[in-house]
Amino acid sequence: MYDAIIIGGGPGGLTAGIYAARANMKTLLIRSTFKASLITTTDIIENYPGFPEGIGGFELVERFREQALRFGVTIMDDDISSVVKTSVGGKEGWQVNTSLTQYKGLSLIIATGTEYAHLGVPGEVEFTGRGVSYCATCDGPFYRDGKLVVVGGGDTAVQEALFLTRFARSVTIVHRRDTLRAAGVLKDKAFSNEKISFEFSSVVEEIIGDSAVRSIRLKGVREEGKKKTLDVDGVFIFTGNIPNTKAFQGVTTMDAKGYIIVDPHMKTSAPGIFACGDCTAKLLRQVVTACGDGATAAFAAYEYVSKLKGTSYEGLKRV
Amino acid sequence: MAEEKFVENPDHPITLTDSDIKKAIATYPFIVVDCWAEWCGPCKMLGPILENLAKKHAGEIVFAKLDVDANPETAREYGIRSIPNLIVFKNGQKVGDIVGALPETKLLERIKALKG
Repeated sequence: MYDAIIIGGGPGGLTAGIYAARANMKTLLIRSTFKASLITTTDIIENYPGFPEGIGGFELVERFREQALRFGVTIMDDDISSVVKTSVGGKEGWQVNTSLTQYKGLSLIIATGTEYAHLGVPGEVEFTGRGVSYCATCDGPFYRDGKLVVVGGGDTAVQEALFLTRFARSVTIVHRRDTLRAAGVLKDKAFSNEKISFEFSSVVEEIIGDSAVRSIRLKGVREEGKKKTLDVDGVFIFTGNIPNTKAFQGVTTMDAKGYIIVDPHMKTSAPGIFACGDCTAKLLRQVVTACGDGATAAFAAYEYVSKLKGTSYEGLKRV
Repeated sequence: MAEEKFVENPDHPITLTDSDIKKAIATYPFIVVDCWAEWCGPCKMLGPILENLAKKHAGEIVFAKLDVDANPETAREYGIRSIPNLIVFKNGQKVGDIVGALPETKLLERIKALKG
């Protein structure tokens, strides 16, 4: 039986772990065996304070993990299937069912993040791993001197396009809007990079190839008849994200896109369940905001569990 | 040295290179080769899963790993464009590949389906 069970091993979950363990809560963190925190696939993070030279995503998360372990968080690699209400030592709690076993806790902190969205166009599934990719740091080096396309216009798309210019001969950014949505500094870098060109107001209609991707067909967003075929070796897709929250449907309230709705204390609609990081409905999904949320969620969970156990500071004062 | 590497029924992933992968494919009737690289985060998640599977299924499935950075020939020959990528060989022939990280149970299912 745990005081807090954290689901998710990214920056939000691990920060929650650090704070929960330091509050002397018996803390378990369950980390997916196959869905890595998305930030671990980012080659360099330049906006996390304290690292003026930048730091690799994988390395940063490893550091969070070491810090969580140092304060006594138990970290398990397992995949959750559902959560259900249960009684824990006569108190209201939650049971987390996983592919291997089940765990019981007085509070839950959901920090499951998001995964990359798929385009849903012909050729995408068939050519995944043979020219279609969702991870530039994994697959970029296979495209030395290649012609690449990056689909998307947000921070991730532009950052990954810049990374890919290290290997590729050319990178074309295909974006449905007429300008990039990415932050100013990234935008400036992209516009001044000789290897990067743009296809604005366009979407991918089909990915074409034989044993591997050979070309893509684009169509205009406003003029559907405006089609164009580009010869390419690889297509990297960064068009957005989907929250990893399916397991919590019917348990906590979510918005229309499936992001978990939390209050400023990271409380969800279910008593004893808190959520933090990218899987929540919020304005800015960044490492630094996930960490902030994680700390708040752990503190709120601590207050909740203390009240439940009758050991809260307020409760003690009254005795 | 190279001779000792290909022991009967290994209980851990064997490390392969461009120069000895062919021999490994010829030696073992069913072998799963994990093509990975240091710079790939998801590859690092798969590593412990494969060590585990190699131990549990010793004598049944042989697991091997190949660093695509140090061994570009193999990556080129099998058209690898994405890692982690498990290439599965049966009786000396490639019978399929599994791209991307998967949970242990799903991974085993896919491997067993290819084993037939």
